[in-house]
Amino acid sequence: MLSFVAQRVVKGVIVLLAIVVLNFFLIRLAPGDPAMVMAGEAGASDQVFVKQLREKFGLDKPLPEQLFIYVKGVVGLDLGFSFRQQAPVAKLIGERLPATLLLTLTAFAISLALGILFGTFAARFAGTFLDTGITVFALIFYAMPIFWVALMGILLFSVAFDWLPSFGYETVGANLTGLAHALDVAKHLIMPAMTLGLFFMATYTRMTRASMLEVKRLDFVKTARAKGLSDAVIQRRHVLRNALLPVVTLAGVHSGTLIGGAVITETVFAWPGIGRLMYDALLQRDYNLLLGVFVICSAMVLIFNLITDLVYRLVDPRIEFAS
Amino acid sequence: MPKRVLLGLLLACGLAAPALAQEPKTGGTINAVIQPEPPGLMLALVQNGPTQMVSGNIFEGLLRYSPKLEPQPELAESWSISEDAKTYTFKLRKGVTWHDGKPFTAADVLFSIEMLKKTHARARTNLAQVDKIEAPDDYTVVFTLKQPFGPFLGIFEVGSMPMVPKHLYEGTDWKTNPYNNAPVGTGPFMFKEWQKGSFIRLVKNPNYYEKGKPYIDEIYWQIIPDAAARSVAYETGKVDVLPGGSVENFDVPRLSKLKDTCVTGAGWEFFSPLAWLWLNNRQGPLADKRVRQAIMYAIDRDFAKDVIWNGLGKVATGPSASTIKYYTDDVKKYPFDPAKAKALLKEAGYKGEKIRLLPLAYGETWQRWGEAVKQNLQDVGMNIETIATDVAGGNQKIADWDYDIAFTYLYQYGDPALGVGRNYISSNIAKGQMFNNVEGYTNPEIDKLFADGAVATPDSKRKEIYEKAQKILVEDVPVAWMLELQFPTITRCKVKNLITTAIGVNDGFKDAWLDK
Repeated sequence: MLSFVAQRVVKGVIVLLAIVVLNFFLIRLAPGDPAMVMAGEAGASDQVFVKQLREKFGLDKPLPEQLFIYVKGVVGLDLGFSFRQQAPVAKLIGERLPATLLLTLTAFAISLALGILFGTFAARFAGTFLDTGITVFALIFYAMPIFWVALMGILLFSVAFDWLPSFGYETVGANLTGLAHALDVAKHLIMPAMTLGLFFMATYTRMTRASMLEVKRLDFVKTARAKGLSDAVIQRRHVLRNALLPVVTLAGVHSGTLIGGAVITETVFAWPGIGRLMYDALLQRDYNLLLGVFVICSAMVLIFNLITDLVYRLVDPRIEFAS
Repeated sequence: MPKRVLLGLLLACGLAAPALAQEPKTGGTINAVIQPEPPGLMLALVQNGPTQMVSGNIFEGLLRYSPKLEPQPELAESWSISEDAKTYTFKLRKGVTWHDGKPFTAADVLFSIEMLKKTHARARTNLAQVDKIEAPDDYTVVFTLKQPFGPFLGIFEVGSMPMVPKHLYEGTDWKTNPYNNAPVGTGPFMFKEWQKGSFIRLVKNPNYYEKGKPYIDEIYWQIIPDAAARSVAYETGKVDVLPGGSVENFDVPRLSKLKDTCVTGAGWEFFSPLAWLWLNNRQGPLADKRVRQAIMYAIDRDFAKDVIWNGLGKVATGPSASTIKYYTDDVKKYPFDPAKAKALLKEAGYKGEKIRLLPLAYGETWQRWGEAVKQNLQDVGMNIETIATDVAGGNQKIADWDYDIAFTYLYQYGDPALGVGRNYISSNIAKGQMFNNVEGYTNPEIDKLFADGAVATPDSKRKEIYEKAQKILVEDVPVAWMLELQFPTITRCKVKNLITTAIGVNDGFKDAWLDK
């Protein structure tokens, strides 16, 4: 297993470098550069000003040289400096990463737990009113854009009922500590995490349901039933466990998408995570910061994929690690 | 005195009396929205809107300006001008200290100006007429100009010329100076904390030179990236101040009807943002003056003001906003007249060539305005194609002259020599740059008028020159002027005296207080 992990890590690093190079050129294809954006915001733009900014950002150097400098930095674990924000990229991402991880992992947990639970029920009671209810419920959340769910959530739970805060990570100025602080953050987390989680929950519900219905028809389930096992045991041990494989695959793929989805959720709820950092960096053409966020996101996807592969093995002992 | 007038006066005095009697109360916190999150707070290095809005509390300039643009003391307590209008002497306020306790002196002024010349594009232009700056003593600064420069007294507000602490910046690499992230100024509020992506916290400067001020204990600038979420934050009572431009225009009528909510369009007199359409004079149908005039007649600007801008602002009559010096409305008028527009297009021989329209990527309001203008122009038979970009892409296209019609709005800074001439003089045509003469208009007479206007004396002579320039420009339509914008500031009515100068919320909250 160790050699499997080592192999995957080496491959991951190569993929990561390829992503860096590709992204480096990709973001430079968009018109406008950080100097232009900053000159625009300053409401003043003379040649000296723009030239100064380009020199400061290193944009006056030839493109291959810029790439070399950047890749050299990344290899040495240095993600560069955001001249716009006057801070090292690693520091900026480091400040925001915990908030994003908190949001995405909570959303992920909510979506998986609810998705599998609802999917199992729908499959168990396939064709009944409960099944239709769950399927429609899932479909609604799958079909609604995240920003819409977010805004409706705010209207309902913040404006109309005043139960939950509409924005932010914590109550600004409250200076809470310990448990009170944790509860405050949790209260702020509910809406963004549910918004993000419900969308993915919908897919897991449908995937679990479909997969379970498929497995249910297989011979070994009949055998289990013939053995006289109770329905609950058959569902849990035989059907669900086998039906989970595609769900795990999907969850692995989603781990990356979750961060993408977090861009919208973080923007609407003013959640100070890297999704928003990425969004701002993109609009401001903050190249180093944007590349830095891409590197971290790609690394997270690679790590999640590795975890998915390991989880496969836990879920299904028949799968072996090829070395 | 007629009775009615007397009654009016009495009523006015009676009504004014309680307001005058209302003593400012001290204490409390103001929660305001800042959008977008500023890239930095060091005003001498970063000059965008949000930076000034926050840092206007931390830093100060030598002067402030009243809503009528009259200079008022700030770090300079008085000033005098020599007979030949070439020497300006400023007497600095004594007893002013930086937030770290060091005294503020003339040496700081000299250092700030040297730094700004290198880091602040607008300051560099504003100071071009300065021959030398001297500090005969710690509290006197003397500017000697190469020639008289009419708008000189108008370049000293905090955003145009912020004072920088010499003792913290001299001999350092300004770009990486640690104080950029924890700025030290002389202003009424001190920087305390910045949680990136969440909020910026400023606290009262207890040693502020104006005794008793500021009244407020602290300000939280909340960072909320989504416009709808900012509206909700106000609605649910989480923020008390929405500075101009924080929410989409269509939310303004709804929010202004909320209980205890006050709305004002004041505080933009110095900037006088004027919205117009860049018209690429170089090529295609728009090279013909008649087509440009047709555009002016074709666009329903009253509709834009009343519907898109909720009645705030004013339809522009020409290159100068009515709030800045030497404005005249004695110019050719362009009322909404589609028939006349069609006739002019026909006369110019326009045959439906495609015209690219670049809206401004500043959110829904501008998007809608772009759609309205497109419809107006299509109604008179123009073939309009909208090009969608983000802000960076749009800036690049305009700077590279890769457009036909493009939305913009620019500040005018109180004087035509500072904020108007730059867009029409031919020496300001430079590809790759924004906000200069990107439309490519060339007229030697206009070049001469703006060159003369900046240095002419006395004032009446400047007036004559600029009025003439306005007349010529309005006839030629180098760009299509739309509206004098007013960005409504929405506050809880308990926030008093928030806007007292010509730059409004950008000037710091030193006079503001909470009527709890």
